[in-house]
Amino acid sequence: MIENRYTFKHAFIKTIPIMAGYVFLGFAFGLLMRTSGFPIWYPVLMSLFIYSGALQFATIPLVGVAVNPLSALMLGVMISARHLFYGIAMLKRYRHSGSLKYPLIFGLTDETFSVLSTENQEDEIPSMYYFTVTSLDYLYWNAGTLFGAIAGGVIPFDLAGLDFALTALFIVLLLEQMKTKQGMISGLTGLVVSGLSLLLFGSGQMVITSMVGIVVALLVERQLKLYE
Amino acid sequence: MNNTPFVILVLIMALSVQLTRFLPFLIFGKNKDVPKIVEYFGKVLPAATMGLLVIYCFKDVDYSSISSILPTVLASITVIAIHLWKRNTIVSISVGTIIYMILLRLM
Repeated sequence: MIENRYTFKHAFIKTIPIMAGYVFLGFAFGLLMRTSGFPIWYPVLMSLFIYSGALQFATIPLVGVAVNPLSALMLGVMISARHLFYGIAMLKRYRHSGSLKYPLIFGLTDETFSVLSTENQEDEIPSMYYFTVTSLDYLYWNAGTLFGAIAGGVIPFDLAGLDFALTALFIVLLLEQMKTKQGMISGLTGLVVSGLSLLLFGSGQMVITSMVGIVVALLVERQLKLYE
Repeated sequence: MNNTPFVILVLIMALSVQLTRFLPFLIFGKNKDVPKIVEYFGKVLPAATMGLLVIYCFKDVDYSSISSILPTVLASITVIAIHLWKRNTIVSISVGTIIYMILLRLM
């Protein structure tokens, strides 16, 4: 058997941009919760169990006020709906992961998905590699949250803008995807449809409308046999 | 302070995220043959979603102020240019992020 390049070191290098983004954003989240007057374990518990940046920030205004559980669930599903795409795209990759599948799916964030879904599927990627990347990302997010929660109001460094690492990560991974003809077409589809959604529906509605638009556009492209 | 409502809120939000993460596997996980159409989406969605995520990162930029637009636009162009030139992920991301952080402080 050929030496497998999907080692711990490879996983660590791949997740360095995520470390920068997650520690920073997790830190900001922990800090914000503390400055809103909540105890340390509040943000920590949220990061451990919810593990979704977008949803955690969206949940802050709901903490401490009376919320209808069903509308909270609806809100959560709406904000998180993009994960449905990730699951569909990862079905094949996680098929043979046995019981590792559960932590893998639990930790399928935007960033974890972006790194893992762009690894060459022709390679025989061991489930352990997927698990290592997923675990490292979980660790970064929760470590960041804990630091932020402990720091409270005291910020030692000015790190404003470090979260751009995640934007840069998505740009780079998109460019990598666009190297093939198929990736070029579907990548451009995602860009154009989401850009139009943002222009037409604004930042609040863009994710849901983009998802619907992308599905429709991809179906049309399939009918037109663009990918053959 | 009564913590029960908070814990319930966390559990509900955790449930909502995990519903969206697990649903495709619950539906298609068991049977060996995934429908052709789902297989097609599995192939084309990663690139399309990456396009969505890139635009998503730009959604909160304040488009009425140059000092808000410029750092994002210039840093993004830097990332694209350096990446097409060197094809080194870590270099593209670090240089882009540093440029962004510097521009943020200059504007």
